[in-house]
Amino acid sequence: MGVTFLQDASSPPAYDLCSHRSFDVNENARLQDFLGGMRAIAPLIAAVVPIGLVFGAVAATKGLTPAEAGLMSTLVFAGGSQFVAMDIWTHPASWAGVGFAALLVNIRHVLMSASLGTRMGGFGPRERYLAMLFLADEIWAMAEFRAKVARLTPAWFAGLVAPFYLAWVVSGIAGAALGAFLGDPVVLGLDFAFPAVFIVLVMGFWKGPETGAVLFASGAAAVATQHFVPGVWYIAAGAVAGLVAAVVSGSRRGVEVAS
Amino acid sequence: MSVDLATLLAILAMAAATALTRLGGLVLIRHVSLEGSRRKAIESIPPAVLMAVVAPTALATGLAETIACAVTAFAALRLPMLVSVALGVVSVASLRAFGI
Repeated sequence: MGVTFLQDASSPPAYDLCSHRSFDVNENARLQDFLGGMRAIAPLIAAVVPIGLVFGAVAATKGLTPAEAGLMSTLVFAGGSQFVAMDIWTHPASWAGVGFAALLVNIRHVLMSASLGTRMGGFGPRERYLAMLFLADEIWAMAEFRAKVARLTPAWFAGLVAPFYLAWVVSGIAGAALGAFLGDPVVLGLDFAFPAVFIVLVMGFWKGPETGAVLFASGAAAVATQHFVPGVWYIAAGAVAGLVAAVVSGSRRGVEVAS
Repeated sequence: MSVDLATLLAILAMAAATALTRLGGLVLIRHVSLEGSRRKAIESIPPAVLMAVVAPTALATGLAETIACAVTAFAALRLPMLVSVALGVVSVASLRAFGI
């Protein structure tokens, strides 16, 4: 579907090229993978544009110019930490304050990149590091999902990243430029788009009672930490609790088998 | 279209911190072997992280959010992602409109 759309009338048909040279077949496979990644990320782009607009609008109220908001989205590309930075923004900006906050909010990326790193057999060493720089939550989740059913390729990953990155940066700049003209996203329920996406993904990772133990530990620890500890420690606390639950239930099973 | 110096430094600090976390895991798995229970632990990371991010919204924000999360989860059993997400958004917006 996407291929016919992209071909203009003047270009020769694809099968003509493929039948003569083998590398054209590879090119075609890569294009198919890239388009597959784009298709997979499409629903999340519909969800990220409103969030990007809101980020830009909030940044504008904190005194950031559209150029500064765009620069932050381009270089940081991590929505959660960008919103937290806006929460604690000062004039002049404190690089140590927002830098440490970003480290704390994004510490989960260490786990995410360790996990996805084991699925990157199809990547060269440099491609791996380059790809990881774009490891936003949504990109990571879709890539993990893909790796369960097929070999994750650089082209497929690039298909995820390119449109999502572009949408995040452009919507951030637009939000900063439009500012107060935008409606309240809370009334429209758009702030709920991402939690909803994550819930759908959590449901997809269900593998049985073991997953239940992980989810319960992670959820309980996250809620308790968020209640008692200010800031964003709850994400790291929940992730570690889920990890511990997996190890404990795994080793208990091992003992049962042994005895 | 100006960029303030302190703002630029703050953005660069955030970018560096974020890149560090994103590359950190990749460096980690080069130096730690992944056998047996460690492999198991790595496989549990995706649900553990996703749950930690959504749990406060799902369970400790308000009744509207909790109900909408349940609707979304239930829808995800049968329906495609975009439809489930849309149902969740519509649920939360209507529940909030009714003052729940």
